[in-house]
Amino acid sequence: MKQQALPRRGYFKNLAARLKRNWQMYVFLILPLAYLIIFKYIPMVGVQIAFRRYTPAGGIWGSQWVGMANFLKFFQSYQFSRVLGNTIKLSLYALAAGFPLPILLALCMNALRNKHYQSFIQNITYMPHFISTVVMVGIILQILNPRIGIFGNIYTSLTGKVAPDLMANPAAFGHLYVWTGIWQNCGWDTVIYVAALSGVDPELHEAAVIDGASRFKRLWSVDFPFIIPTIAITFILRCGSLVGIGFDKIYLMQNDLNLRASEVISTYVYKVGLAAGGGDFSYGAAIGLFNSVINLILIVLVNWLSGRVSDNSLW
Amino acid sequence: MTLAVSRQDEGVRNKIRTSASDKRFYFTVNLILGLVTLIVLVPLIFIVMASFSAPEAVNSGKVLLWPVDFTLDGYKAVFKHKLLGVSYLNTFFYTIAGTAVNISMTMIAAYPLARKDLPFKGVILFLFTFTMLFSGGTIPTYILMGQLHMINTRWVMIIPGAISVYNMIIARTFLQNIPGELEEAATIDGCSDFQYFFRIALPLSGTVIAVLTLYYAVAHWNDYFTAFLYLSKREYYPLQIVLREVLIANSVSANDIADMDAETMLARQGMKDLLKYGLIIVSSAPILALYPFVRKYFLKGVMIGALKG
Repeated sequence: MKQQALPRRGYFKNLAARLKRNWQMYVFLILPLAYLIIFKYIPMVGVQIAFRRYTPAGGIWGSQWVGMANFLKFFQSYQFSRVLGNTIKLSLYALAAGFPLPILLALCMNALRNKHYQSFIQNITYMPHFISTVVMVGIILQILNPRIGIFGNIYTSLTGKVAPDLMANPAAFGHLYVWTGIWQNCGWDTVIYVAALSGVDPELHEAAVIDGASRFKRLWSVDFPFIIPTIAITFILRCGSLVGIGFDKIYLMQNDLNLRASEVISTYVYKVGLAAGGGDFSYGAAIGLFNSVINLILIVLVNWLSGRVSDNSLW
Repeated sequence: MTLAVSRQDEGVRNKIRTSASDKRFYFTVNLILGLVTLIVLVPLIFIVMASFSAPEAVNSGKVLLWPVDFTLDGYKAVFKHKLLGVSYLNTFFYTIAGTAVNISMTMIAAYPLARKDLPFKGVILFLFTFTMLFSGGTIPTYILMGQLHMINTRWVMIIPGAISVYNMIIARTFLQNIPGELEEAATIDGCSDFQYFFRIALPLSGTVIAVLTLYYAVAHWNDYFTAFLYLSKREYYPLQIVLREVLIANSVSANDIADMDAETMLARQGMKDLLKYGLIIVSSAPILALYPFVRKYFLKGVMIGALKG
């Protein structure tokens, strides 16, 4: 017993010494940790209102427990399948169309021999990323306006008819949302791959040239395999937000006519929870929690799968 | 034969080296990139040109890549818009103050966590990264803001987003790459941790600070959601909220424009559209102008992020 206790005491003594030596480090961490606890962890404790019937008088800790009632209400509502369906459809579409393109673009940019030309193309394609969501949606509305927009003008001059209002068409919503997103971010999303590609050892290329490999062959067998770990990590992160489609752009593109295709979880949470002069906090929080839990499960799952299949994982 | 020729003439050598299949490859690459650049560029040029053209010409589709019936009326209308000036200043304030808070908080969090021998580092790091995977959600956060009395104050635009954990990890990775010998030498010379941070670590972190400044400043400038949820006082409105009213809700009231002939101007729908194009330019220009300053640090900074995901 005594013999076992000794190294433990030594450990604590050592720890105390290390803590003392590093006290200034903990002073640095006071503010960031306070921030983290107040603005990130207190809302996680507050999420218990999803299992209560929130009243302003009762607050987070005093309102009545109702168990899973808020969740059941959501699962049974006619909105459930529509909202969840739209969320998944839009995210999968955005992932399927938006994920491979930056990789292709980065490989092309990297293959350019003229570096000035390369950075010119990069700077041009980065630009739309800096445009705010509000301005982006404003541009979409302006261009798609059937009467005065450039789309309407081209349509009329080609067919002689007045253009359809695409913003009012639920069938067009997904395409508009995804492809304008690609227009805005495809260039910027190449940054991480271009950065990774700059790490390819030139000797590999030289060796491949001596072996008679064509430029395309070198892209396929040297460049592409080199960035697979980066692709895997980016993919895992994207999957983590698969059901967490952002609020801003969808909400700004919504109108009464396309709502059937455009209502997603984040906009629905806002509408039931906060809009129209104080909504049902508990119901909104329950839908939000449902969303967060699915995202957490997804990222853990995809990370585990990726670790199994390719040895690339976040942790 | 080939070799003999190639020694004589650079140009010929290149031509011979580039085989037929490689030529096709470079042609395809250039074609793809050219198309992409065009697709990105044409709408941007159109908006710029439309903002300088007569509304009738824009609306009837005569403007594409060159202004028609040049005019500055759109910009004049932008500068006469009452709320816009206030919101522009507000956004400048939120962006500058917010980014200053962001950078300070991010660096003081990243520095200790970049140290090798800090006790409880793993636990603290987990507390940070877990918030990337899970959050309380919109509604509990909204209730918290109410309890903190931050709703309808300027603070709400600055404090709640003080640290982005993703950016903190980028800064941490950068700081980890500063050679350890530097710190040992400094400690031997009697340099405290505080002194080391302010005199050595920070001045060496210019690259990562530049990149994070770009990330944070763009996020603040374009932030719409925070103000949308928490601000209802018009004098606190940031630019993005006003932009939404004009560009998307399509409401420009004569009250918003401080001029006698405003009503007659707005009576023409065309003028309203011209105002929109001008507004798009005026609101996006400052943040686009930031990028060239940060450019040279940029790829290096992104590399750090790329390494650790």
